[in-house]
Amino acid sequence: MTLRVLAIDDSRTIRSLLDAALSDAGFEVHLAEDGRQGLDRLAETDPHVVITDINMPVLDGFGFIEAARRDHPDRPVPILVLTTESSPALKDRARRAGATGWIVKPFDEARLIGAIERVAVV
Amino acid sequence: MSGTDLREVFFQECEDLLEALQDGLRQMDTPDHDPETVHAVFRAVHSIKGGAGAFGLDALVDFAHRFETAMDRVRAGDLAADPEVMHVFHRAGDHLADLVVLTRTGKQAGRAGDARLLAEIDALAGPPEESAEGLDFQPLALDLGPLPGLPASPEGAADTGLDAGPDTGPDTGPDAGLDAGPRTALGAASPLPDSLTDTPADPPTDPPAPPGATRWRIAFAPTAALYTAGNDPALLFRALERLGPLRVEADATALPPLAALDPMAPCLHWRLELTTDAPADEIAAVFEFVEGLCGLEITADSAETDAATDMAAGPEHGPEHGPEHGPEHGPEHGGGEAAPAGADPRGALSPAPATAPADPASPGNSPANNTAHNTAGSEDAARAPRSSAAASDAAPAPQPTIRVNLDRVDRLINLVGELVIKEAMLSQSIARLGLPPESGMTTGLDGLKQLAGEIQEGVMAIRAQPVKSMFQRMFRIVREAAEATGKQVRLEVQGDQTEVDKTVIERLVDPLTHMIRNAVDHGLEDPDTRLAAGKPAQGRVVLSAAHRSGRVMIEVSDDGAGVNRDKVRALAETRGLIPPGADLSASEIDNLLFLPGFSSKDTVSALSGRGVGLDVVKSEIHALGGRVTIASTPGAGTTFSVSLPLTLAVLEGMVVEVAGQTMVIPITAIQETLQPGTATVHPLGSGERVLISRGAPVPLIDLGATLGYRAAPAALDDHVLVVLQVDAGRRCAVVVDRIHDQRQVVIKSLESNYGRVEGVAAATILGDGRIALIIDPDEIVARGGGRLPGDLSLAAMG
Repeated sequence: MTLRVLAIDDSRTIRSLLDAALSDAGFEVHLAEDGRQGLDRLAETDPHVVITDINMPVLDGFGFIEAARRDHPDRPVPILVLTTESSPALKDRARRAGATGWIVKPFDEARLIGAIERVAVV
Repeated sequence: MSGTDLREVFFQECEDLLEALQDGLRQMDTPDHDPETVHAVFRAVHSIKGGAGAFGLDALVDFAHRFETAMDRVRAGDLAADPEVMHVFHRAGDHLADLVVLTRTGKQAGRAGDARLLAEIDALAGPPEESAEGLDFQPLALDLGPLPGLPASPEGAADTGLDAGPDTGPDTGPDAGLDAGPRTALGAASPLPDSLTDTPADPPTDPPAPPGATRWRIAFAPTAALYTAGNDPALLFRALERLGPLRVEADATALPPLAALDPMAPCLHWRLELTTDAPADEIAAVFEFVEGLCGLEITADSAETDAATDMAAGPEHGPEHGPEHGPEHGPEHGGGEAAPAGADPRGALSPAPATAPADPASPGNSPANNTAHNTAGSEDAARAPRSSAAASDAAPAPQPTIRVNLDRVDRLINLVGELVIKEAMLSQSIARLGLPPESGMTTGLDGLKQLAGEIQEGVMAIRAQPVKSMFQRMFRIVREAAEATGKQVRLEVQGDQTEVDKTVIERLVDPLTHMIRNAVDHGLEDPDTRLAAGKPAQGRVVLSAAHRSGRVMIEVSDDGAGVNRDKVRALAETRGLIPPGADLSASEIDNLLFLPGFSSKDTVSALSGRGVGLDVVKSEIHALGGRVTIASTPGAGTTFSVSLPLTLAVLEGMVVEVAGQTMVIPITAIQETLQPGTATVHPLGSGERVLISRGAPVPLIDLGATLGYRAAPAALDDHVLVVLQVDAGRRCAVVVDRIHDQRQVVIKSLESNYGRVEGVAAATILGDGRIALIIDPDEIVARGGGRLPGDLSLAAMG
């Protein structure tokens, strides 16, 4: 079964990078540009893993995670946070919002896949 | 997509982000700006940093990070965005834009003057945070307080749980007496239940750790939050297994009878035993994501490794505490029993194959869960339109866009040009038939004509872009010009959504930059002079764009002192540009500014003194098929007006006939047309003639002869003279046989199909299907000048 990954980032560059890396790894990739779109895609595509940026317009990453957890209490999809900061405070906040783990940018393909492997059966 | 393509995506996005950044910074200058603006600015810098990091563009990352840190303080309310701070931000935005350009062109070197800006931005950013990296890579166990009373080995109950094996399933747990176990509700920091920890084990049965390897004992007690955050213990165990042989024992003592089972409560704890030569931090890293979401105790089995003391959060454990299980309880039993009861009771209740790689018990993959989620998903989908509507209330959704290769657009524009020509040809043929106006053919043709026109407009609009991006660059020009001259300037922009052909915009940047600099440098007075004249100290430059009768008007106006006509006149006389005492109107004096050789080091400051005068501005605008004029009111200011065609694909031209050939003269180059009888033509000998036009001699050339169609006519009686004026006021009168009409023509490049022909700019196809050459006024005028005797040099012709 192909693993479905939903990647949410407002940066076109990062979306393209994620799309390229995840597609190369054989995943089915869905993209969203902000947290609001991310919630819509989450419902539509039922991904196995979600990767989300934090700083986004409309609805930021924390908001997305909180809403995703609230909307789908019975199905905690693994959500990885993409972050340039590796500060404990930020991780703590992501964690409190309900994030599963994090990927510190810049990421290479191996780290990206590695992080996905840690939260989902690849 | 290749790496290069992705890089290009990044740089294109940078353009957009920098635009958003500049926009946002300017909004922040205003007192009542939307608080969201600061976030938008922060995001723009942050996104540039993120993308740059992905490509290892360290210089960009470094600066963006400093900038972002300072902006974050504004965002957090720790730093007020007062004018001084904003000044630094503006310069930081400019510097960031420079860095992007440098990086894109492969010149990543720093710029002189960096140090001051860096110091200022760092001062705004405040003291550096305590080393985040240091904390980040701290071994996990050190972050967990010592868990009380945690000897290393499991007790019998845990063994029972494991021994029961897959065939007995968790539902047999209660029967096995697990009820008796403590029912500790686990918080993130709660101690592990005693049942897990207090039974001494039988050391002799332990297989000795291989040399260099350490045996680690891990007590793992997930909380409910671990599951709701999407974690799966089975995956953690699998990750541990990659480090070395792993033994997993589930402790189901906390599992209540089925009737009392709370599906969301975590009931299972685990004891793990890992033999690995991997360092302690690698083991800790496996639990990175679940840190704080579980009770976790990692201890080295043997005190002989240094890591043991690092990792042991609890009391020291000797090897005698090892578990007593034989090899049959090896790692292969691990994963399957490790059903995360809290997250997915269904998964936990169904016996799972111990070693199946796709563990159906894992919350992310259970079919049952998928079903559940799909239900939730459809609810969500039903809700979606409402949320979208809410979102669009909050912020106007940007129009969706696609990026299209410019070649495709140009091909389409070309084809539409053909269509318009074909339509015109058809019209002419049908007109010759003399059909009645009410005939179906005529009305059908009218419809076609209208459609073709609309398609042409629509396609041209694809190439059109708002002038905003170009206008935005001018804020920086003004800022820098103001700084260099010590003047206070405010730039106002109007009509920045006005759309112009992309190429026109690109080629307009330089002349516009020059006009803006000129306005600050020469147009505006310094603050003291302004105050003395009863004006506010801060000067005002207005940059506007508007569509007017099929053309684009761009104006740069300042509220300065206006053109000093006495000075301009004196300078022009000194330089020999006008005869002493020439009778010139105010407007003619103002237009002297566009003459080549007018500006010199005497009149331009260090700022605009780059050897470039307004004559270059004029010739650049001419090259775009545009015109520039100046209007000035003494004491009240100066306005430069640029009129440009909407597109470079069509041209407004005068269709003329020369020696039986139909030719097109660009209308922008035509100053006037004269009947020879009304004009004064003087022969100069050697067959050359000059026309006296507006009081000055203008070389007269025959277009037919110049282009090699015929010998120049001796008498001009049957001919028409067209006076061409190109950049810098250079003029020339061409002799043509007849003027047909004035119309828009579609420009067809000769160079791409045939080759360059001197004196010919391009070709077009007329309505009757004939090809007509579009003449290049610049070259024609240059040629006319070249034939002039020395005593009538161009400079003498004001």
